[in-house]
Amino acid sequence: MGLSTTDLTPTPSQTVGPYFHLGCTDTHAVSCIAGTNAKGERVRLICQVFDGDGTPVDDAMIEIWQADSEGRYSHPADRDTNGTDPHCAGFGRLATDANGFCIFETIKPGRVPADAESLQAPHLNASVFARGVLKRLATRIYFADEPANAECPVLNQVPGERRSTLMARPDIHNPGNWFFAIHLCGKNETVFFDV
Amino acid sequence: MQKQLPGANQYRRPEASSQPDSLYPPYQATLRRAPCQPLIFLPHTLSEVTGPVYGHSEISTTDSDLTRQHAAEPLGERIIVSGRVVDDTGRPVPYTLVEIWQANAAGRYRHKKDGHPAPLDPNFSGAGRVLTDADGGYRFTTIKPGAYPWENHSNAWRPAHIHFSLFGPAFSTRLVTQMYFPGDPLLPYDPVLHSIPDEKARQRLISKFDFETTQPEWALGFRFDVVLRGCEATPLEK
Repeated sequence: MGLSTTDLTPTPSQTVGPYFHLGCTDTHAVSCIAGTNAKGERVRLICQVFDGDGTPVDDAMIEIWQADSEGRYSHPADRDTNGTDPHCAGFGRLATDANGFCIFETIKPGRVPADAESLQAPHLNASVFARGVLKRLATRIYFADEPANAECPVLNQVPGERRSTLMARPDIHNPGNWFFAIHLCGKNETVFFDV
Repeated sequence: MQKQLPGANQYRRPEASSQPDSLYPPYQATLRRAPCQPLIFLPHTLSEVTGPVYGHSEISTTDSDLTRQHAAEPLGERIIVSGRVVDDTGRPVPYTLVEIWQANAAGRYRHKKDGHPAPLDPNFSGAGRVLTDADGGYRFTTIKPGAYPWENHSNAWRPAHIHFSLFGPAFSTRLVTQMYFPGDPLLPYDPVLHSIPDEKARQRLISKFDFETTQPEWALGFRFDVVLRGCEATPLEK
């Protein structure tokens, strides 16, 4: 029984609901995005998710997709796969804990091309899923101290006053630790992208 | 707008009415969790057209047969859920991970937060995973999940459903959805399903009873095909 041509509209999204842990993170969580042998600057990425009241969201799932330290993705669509770092799979996913936190171990990615002529600033691609979130929310995690941010064509499409919501911030007391807050809505709402 | 990266595919974007609204007040949890600001349109770069090749290792046959994960069989109506994963041109999406999770036959999830006073089944975990085959096909054996109450509004019940998670080839194709059952009397009352404005789009989430995959003396078959977004390949640079 095949699909008829009228059926080829993309299947609608639905929420992951409160019990996604069963199928996704109880046995298949991935906290290590890049192993300790991966090239590049080590990053311990501490994410925290908040709802519109500022209350931590204890039942969200965050997925990360990122390039290696040279800005190459471990994927056939990236033609520059020569020597993609085998220790950087580039994928992570975790459920948030009771206080809305989850922590990924990774490296700072390199710059990925934006188009034929320009490069993007180092960033991680993030998906947020949760009860009450009917469609995956896609955002990006940039690094607050990165000079290349000023010339990133994607970042430059974001209204200036909202760019700070896309910045992970370094923990000055714990080098290598970066904090990224995700506000699903309301004041300080994180920028989400139509990807 | 940016110039397109040579060779980078652009994934087509679905019509808005075929996808749920982020804010759908009848589903109360959206009130504090749906973004208020519009999404910012992102022309696809390598970041969006690549994606994790995930879940290819460590899949065993009992991962796709949820009735064989314990010492004995779970209680409930045994069913076979199968279908194809294709893109919006009908091309198969081969070797991609499909994850499912669901309540047991009594409508209870094996989850610490599920307080519904219905029995757990020691022989049912309610989670499965499989890779699609070369033709995009997948198949699970499981039991039909029960309906269960939730606290969204007075006397609120979720229709029977199975959660589906699919990756597809790119960050842009990631999809999490729910499969429903035909003829379920709770479907007209479910705000999660009705968050999708278009009736035809809602119908796409309702599986079809399928004689072809129904096994005599064994299990009813339900068919659920999934359409992921497709891409427009640009000519390769010489």
